[in-house]
Amino acid sequence: MTVTRPTRPGRVSVPDGTSPSHRSRASRRQPRYEREQVLTAALFLCPALAVIGVFVLYPIVSAGYISLTSWNGFDQVKEFIGLENYARLVEDPEFWNSLLVTCIYAVGVCVLSVASGLTIALLLDAPLRGLGFYRGVYFLPAVTSSVAAAIVWKYMLDPAGFVNAILAQVGIAGPNWLQDRWLALGALTLLTVWKNLGFNAVLYLTALQALPQGVFEAAQLDGANMTQRLRFLTIPLLAPMTFFVVVQALITSFQAFDLVYVLTGGGPQGGTEVLGMFMYREAFRLGDFGYGTAIAFITLFLVLGVTLVQWRASGSGRSSLR
Amino acid sequence: MNRNRRLAFGRHLVLVMGAGFVIVPFLWMFTTSLQTRAETYTNTSILPTSWHWENYVHAWQAAPFTQYYLNSVIMAVGIVAGHLVLDALAAYAFARLEFPWKNAIFVILLAALMVPTFVTIIPAYAIVADLGWIDSYAGLIVPRLADVFGIILLRQYFASIPLELEDAARIDGCSRIGTFLRIIVPLSTPAFATLGIFSFLFAWNDFLWPLLVTNTDEVRTIQIGLSSFVGRYGTSWNYLMAGTLTATIPSIVVFLLFQRALVRGIASTGLKD
Repeated sequence: MTVTRPTRPGRVSVPDGTSPSHRSRASRRQPRYEREQVLTAALFLCPALAVIGVFVLYPIVSAGYISLTSWNGFDQVKEFIGLENYARLVEDPEFWNSLLVTCIYAVGVCVLSVASGLTIALLLDAPLRGLGFYRGVYFLPAVTSSVAAAIVWKYMLDPAGFVNAILAQVGIAGPNWLQDRWLALGALTLLTVWKNLGFNAVLYLTALQALPQGVFEAAQLDGANMTQRLRFLTIPLLAPMTFFVVVQALITSFQAFDLVYVLTGGGPQGGTEVLGMFMYREAFRLGDFGYGTAIAFITLFLVLGVTLVQWRASGSGRSSLR
Repeated sequence: MNRNRRLAFGRHLVLVMGAGFVIVPFLWMFTTSLQTRAETYTNTSILPTSWHWENYVHAWQAAPFTQYYLNSVIMAVGIVAGHLVLDALAAYAFARLEFPWKNAIFVILLAALMVPTFVTIIPAYAIVADLGWIDSYAGLIVPRLADVFGIILLRQYFASIPLELEDAARIDGCSRIGTFLRIIVPLSTPAFATLGIFSFLFAWNDFLWPLLVTNTDEVRTIQIGLSSFVGRYGTSWNYLMAGTLTATIPSIVVFLLFQRALVRGIASTGLKD
């Protein structure tokens, strides 16, 4: 599950609820917290924090260490080798290929997600017969599992599959889609966009419906036609949401695995070997947990980089996005 | 009027074309699942031309799908229940109680959200292996019993419930846990519904973790079973598509039943599974 509620430092402190002013003012000598509240909080937090602590927080710290070892996943001893795994990454042509593939894939997914999501949202943003039907249809891929989606695409793109059969009917000899590295990467990109289309459209639709109507009426009175309103009002006003969709798409692409595993398995010749696939192969197929964890940290750095940009930019985009 | 009608027609035209692009893989899956094996290689029709429903029976029997299905149901129920209970308790603490390091803990949880699964999955796998939970329901469920997203979603909702309601109950002698169970929980049904649907779809469709922690058919989930079915029955497209469709039905049914809550949830949180 990927969550990208933009996290902003200012929003984290919680000025709501149970810190009534009478307590803080009443007496500074009394303990700041009520015993009953602290005990209840401990009781309530315990189960969730135990699970998250053991299976998420501790692993994050632990991963930092494992990436500095040559651990194979079974030995009791994790031999410390410093930054050797990272040094190995720099010299590994497979890593550079994987990084390149991931970046091309991420950019492709970004561009197409924005274009398709915005187009569909614009078309849906006004009373229209069958709105619910369209929304339902566009959302279908998003709730389908990655495995099922990738299986269907894989067989539609088979040389004997549906796509080439249709092409043959109009006299085109279709290529072997998943055996060419660029065509396979293109197919993977399209599959990802197809799967997230409904999600992106709903995001854009929400943003569209929150736009101030007055500006549009004013522009119309001033004689701006539909193209002009779209070009000079709608798209600029939607910039914060576009930014959000882009960040979303980037983060999802950096973390891609399921679709690739089933559609191409990373092939042909590493043509679709995104970082997740590369990590899986090194760690779980070749038993190099230390190296695999180092690869995983590269995805973390990529995600952090994107998030940092989002943070910086959200200073200006905040007012209109909220 | 005429202009408006032309515009609406244009919109429908593009939307229908888009919908076609979206729906064709589903139609093809359905059509193929009903064909004979020979037809799957020759027939290009997107509408069903033959109706071999027995393919579903054969596909179902060709692999232990009943077991896969059962495993997925058990895992999904466990994870959804875990999220609804554990996330809600933690969310209440963050929304309504004052305790030391509250903000620090919350910030740490938020920061953990940004960390890709790839980073935590190797150590988490090692921990589950140490616990002897590989190839067990415990390994599938326990590590995912609580999640940060659910805590944030519910915390936000709880915080929006007027404090006065709770205060009144407290004055009438209701305990803290009593107000949580009798006031907060009943008033938060929409938030619980949204979280429940997200958690179900996440659990049902999840792939990488079940792939790692299961080795035998006794605990494999439907998604894992399906991906291994591809390897074994890769040439029997009709069976493959019948199996795939069967595995997809629960997600689609949940979606159709709870479409509104799901879309509302995405609009307000920006989440996707």
